[in-house]
Amino acid sequence: MNQQEGYADDIVKGFVIWSMVWGLVAVLVGVFISFQIAFPQLNFPPYLTYGRLRPIHTNAGIFGWGIGSFMAFFIYITQRLTRTSLWSPGLAKAQLWLFNIVIALAAVTLAMGMNRSKEYAELEWPVASLVVVLWVIFAVNIVMTIVKRREEQMYISLWYILATLVGVAVLYLVNNAAIPVSLTKSYSAYAGANDANVQWWYGHNAVAMVLTTPPLAIFYYFLPKATGVPIYSHRMGVIAFWSLIFMYLWTGAHHLLWAPVPDWVQTLAMGFSVMLIAPSWAAVFNGYFSMNGQWHQMRENYLVKFLIFGITFYGLQTLQGPSQSIRTFSAFIHFTDWVPGHVHMGTLGWVSLVLFAAIYYTIPRLYHSEIYSIGLANVHFWLVLTGQLIFSITMWIAGVQQAAMLNATNPDGSLHYSFIETMVELYPYWHMRAVGGVIYLAGLLVFLYNIYQTIAGAKTQAVAQRA
Amino acid sequence: MIEKKPIIFLLLATATILVGTIITMVLPFRWINDPKLAIASVKPYTPLQLEGRDIYIREGCNNCHTQTVRPLLSDTERYGEYSKSGEFVYDQPFLWGSRRNGPDLARIGGKYPDAWHVKHMKDPRSMVPRSNMPAYDFLNRPLDTSLSEKKMKALKFPYTPADIQALQGKSEMDAIIAYMQKVGNDIPWRKTGKTEVLGEMKNPFQDNMSVLPEGQKLYAEHCAQCHGIELKGEVGPDLRDMDQPDAKVFASVYSGIAAGGMPAFGDTLGKERTWKVVTYLKSVHKH
Repeated sequence: MNQQEGYADDIVKGFVIWSMVWGLVAVLVGVFISFQIAFPQLNFPPYLTYGRLRPIHTNAGIFGWGIGSFMAFFIYITQRLTRTSLWSPGLAKAQLWLFNIVIALAAVTLAMGMNRSKEYAELEWPVASLVVVLWVIFAVNIVMTIVKRREEQMYISLWYILATLVGVAVLYLVNNAAIPVSLTKSYSAYAGANDANVQWWYGHNAVAMVLTTPPLAIFYYFLPKATGVPIYSHRMGVIAFWSLIFMYLWTGAHHLLWAPVPDWVQTLAMGFSVMLIAPSWAAVFNGYFSMNGQWHQMRENYLVKFLIFGITFYGLQTLQGPSQSIRTFSAFIHFTDWVPGHVHMGTLGWVSLVLFAAIYYTIPRLYHSEIYSIGLANVHFWLVLTGQLIFSITMWIAGVQQAAMLNATNPDGSLHYSFIETMVELYPYWHMRAVGGVIYLAGLLVFLYNIYQTIAGAKTQAVAQRA
Repeated sequence: MIEKKPIIFLLLATATILVGTIITMVLPFRWINDPKLAIASVKPYTPLQLEGRDIYIREGCNNCHTQTVRPLLSDTERYGEYSKSGEFVYDQPFLWGSRRNGPDLARIGGKYPDAWHVKHMKDPRSMVPRSNMPAYDFLNRPLDTSLSEKKMKALKFPYTPADIQALQGKSEMDAIIAYMQKVGNDIPWRKTGKTEVLGEMKNPFQDNMSVLPEGQKLYAEHCAQCHGIELKGEVGPDLRDMDQPDAKVFASVYSGIAAGGMPAFGDTLGKERTWKVVTYLKSVHKH
């Protein structure tokens, strides 16, 4: 088994478990702030206001749940694809400690209002510096493992892993450049429209390098593992990989359409965003065609269900995203609830479904047992799917309605509604979203219970065998 | 094949990522904030305004409020003159935001008097019924000025010892309101953008008693927060027994009175509803 091959798998267990803890925090805070929007009395200043909690929600989700589980699976996948044990298990252990310290520090400092205000780069410079140390430790360990590998050919997952390691490093370092004033306060090194352009180059490519390439690495590894048949086309994977990492970096300014940054930057962002449909859908088709003759597994194999729904949401996400990056449509829906609806299809639908599958696949193998309950895994699947669809669809409708109201004019050309008149109409949608969030949370709790029982069962079994 | 050479692969991937990065992120530094786009009237923040801005950042106001007016009718009619890059040269970081749970604030400076902001921060729903903004009453605490001078130095903003001295005794509320009043107000757009009503104006509802209930309702929603539900005045003046012609009252409500801190309600109410408010106002007397 794994231990006999000398793989550093205890560390994988650690990262999986802690990422689930932070994932629960992210969803709990998310549900809470969705209630705050609908019921402002639920703001408890100074620490528990929407303004301070929302960054905790996004950071716990992206860095705690996302990055934490990517670290787990990068370590897991890299060892197996290189047929080599991790370069330094000691370093990885230190990395797990540092990871948890950083995420906990992030939550505390953000609640205290130490916040750089740049989205997904809110952490003040001492915490951000620890993130850099964390990433260097991680990257060195993975790269060194690949360098000393025993399997010459690098499978496609390893390409996405390598691109992630370098991409995140470049993005994070540039956007976090700061002028420190004290240990708890700094100012961005860039000003005004420059700062905005750097921020959204970062912000959108965090979507590329955190919410796209790592889940793709995981998808390309676990889909064949789950189905038992290889991926459809290696060549399509090659083309999609290079065009994806080439084109993504041009698109940041689609977050700044109609803002005072140069027109040509906006236009390039728009064009490249539309072009990105091609590599994105190449990955989707690679997934679908790999299912040729295997579609019956959608009924029989719950792992496949998570993975194929995941890649389907990736496909929908990468059609909706480019459509939003077109000037005319952006003018309409930008700044409305449409956008959180879009984002959560990607994070809850695509990224999280793939991660759930990867955890369901690896945990029983790491603990030498079977999953506690496939029935509960199916309950989990339907709950998170329902919760997420309620969330996203509600927000799309809310966004279109508000956009239409904001644009409504009187016969004399004056505007028909004031801002607040459009806002108060959103309350019913915000109630619905909170309901969707609660359903999602229920699904997550079922998942955590299932994993807990799997691990607990494995431990009692091991004790029984020893006795 | 490069799939067998990880280091070369890594370098190639890095180069691939850097192409778009250099063209769309690095190169624009050459054009953005170009001195040609500078606006002479845009000034750096004073120590008090900067402290206010830092409170805005600390409280995460940018999670619900944007600060960019796009050159689109629905933005410019609602908020004012569209944003220009030259207005943001002192903004480190930028605070354009990404979601409008509340209205855009790029042109909030000078829109309301300070007293309005105090009441609104303390209890947002007392000024804007059904608003979902949290209450920021706790900002009434003293301002921490221990870093103020270091902050001005870090950003290379001009200041005098007297400016720093003047921070003594200020509250966080004073600071954030000082910041609010500066945002978007460095260019004289309110003067140039002011609606001048030309030609003869006649109240279409003159002596029409049937519109009074609606006028009263609109007054309660939009005006009573500052002028009191009985028109006795509070933030704004007493409005009873107004002996001004209808057209003048209309202009005041529709376009605002900049000197007195009266906001313009034309974008909120439109012409017809403004006339209804005017008709109601003229109908109220002290006895």
